Amino acid sequence: MSIAAAFEVALAAVVLGLGIWTIAVRETYSATVGFVAYGLLVALIWVRLDAVDVALTEAAIGGGLGGVLLLGAAARLRDAGPTAAEAPGKVVRVTAAILSVLTAAALAGAVLLLPDPAPTLAPKAVANASATGLANPVTNVLMAFRAMDTMLEKVVLLLAIIGVWSLAPDDAWGGHPGPRHQADPLGVLVFLARLLPPIGIVVGIYIFWTGANHPGGAFQGGAILASMWLLAIMAGLTDTPPVGRRWLRFILVAGPGLFLVVGLGGLWFGAAFLAYPPAQAKPLILGIEVAMILTIAATLGLLLAGAPERSVK
Amino acid sequence: MSLVRDIITIAAVSAGAFFFLAGTVGLLRFPDTLTRLHALTKADNLGLGLVVLGLLPQATSLRDGLKLISIWLLGLLAGATVSQLIARTARQGEPAK
Repeated sequence: MSIAAAFEVALAAVVLGLGIWTIAVRETYSATVGFVAYGLLVALIWVRLDAVDVALTEAAIGGGLGGVLLLGAAARLRDAGPTAAEAPGKVVRVTAAILSVLTAAALAGAVLLLPDPAPTLAPKAVANASATGLANPVTNVLMAFRAMDTMLEKVVLLLAIIGVWSLAPDDAWGGHPGPRHQADPLGVLVFLARLLPPIGIVVGIYIFWTGANHPGGAFQGGAILASMWLLAIMAGLTDTPPVGRRWLRFILVAGPGLFLVVGLGGLWFGAAFLAYPPAQAKPLILGIEVAMILTIAATLGLLLAGAPERSVK
Repeated sequence: MSLVRDIITIAAVSAGAFFFLAGTVGLLRFPDTLTRLHALTKADNLGLGLVVLGLLPQATSLRDGLKLISIWLLGLLAGATVSQLIARTARQGEPAK
């Protein structure tokens, strides 16, 4: 067995072990930490599969922002105290276990029954890269060949933020999401929140920009921008904006909105919905992505900030 | 030349791996939070630093080398900040002597 194969077997074993541990452990806090480590190791698996774009997203969402979201949920659950009355009964638990096992078995069966070699559109996607002028096949698929999916995905993000906001109490509607964070102004966290964002913003924009030709893109870059924003919020350097602000709502709809406008333009001037004229394909895609990175950064940041809790006054 | 580069890489990455191993053993074996943090920072600072140092001769361009070094610097910054924050929280939690 070569070193690479041994590494892969060890990685797969650790990921499986972590997955089982995350399910089996009783403490929600420990399960969250296990899940974050699981996300980072799954990102390594994606790197081994040469899917660096997916690895970046997995590390940013599964390991980073998803972890922060779950940690916040775990902290709230702990504050609320144990609610023994709400613990599910034996029937519910057995049914959930059976359903989970059936789903896992169906997934495993689907993977094992795949024809070998699996049907793939990858060669076609690579062969038609010249149609858009972008060299990264993943960006081509996301922004051109399957642009419809990406647009709808951004609409789903918008629906998610509306879902979070709808948890706001009546008097806080349109107000600031989450608590106002306070930190020692001369402390370490504030120092980091002053030092890191300039670097993080450059890295985020670089990852977005390089996504045209190398692994990266608006989602990964947007996640980094969102984390820089959240760092400043958590250090108390800035407050979350009231969700009723018009500029904020404009940013939230900018990405899917521009996508939709360009799509309708394709219907009006060109062949079909979302059909870009080949000569303008690259500038159009970049324009949509600029709007999208702002939308994604704002949406992810606000999703983590939570429901509005404090009214503007 | 490539032999010299490979020898530097193998030596430095092995030394880095040793510090990661030592840091992990310390994390598992040391008695309290502060000493465990002490062990962990050795893995972050020295281990990652030596691995980056070992990978530098393999970098194909100056840009790749600078990227590697900035990863190490960002790792240092994150490690130093987080261990300070954890240590402060741990000291607040323990009874005053």
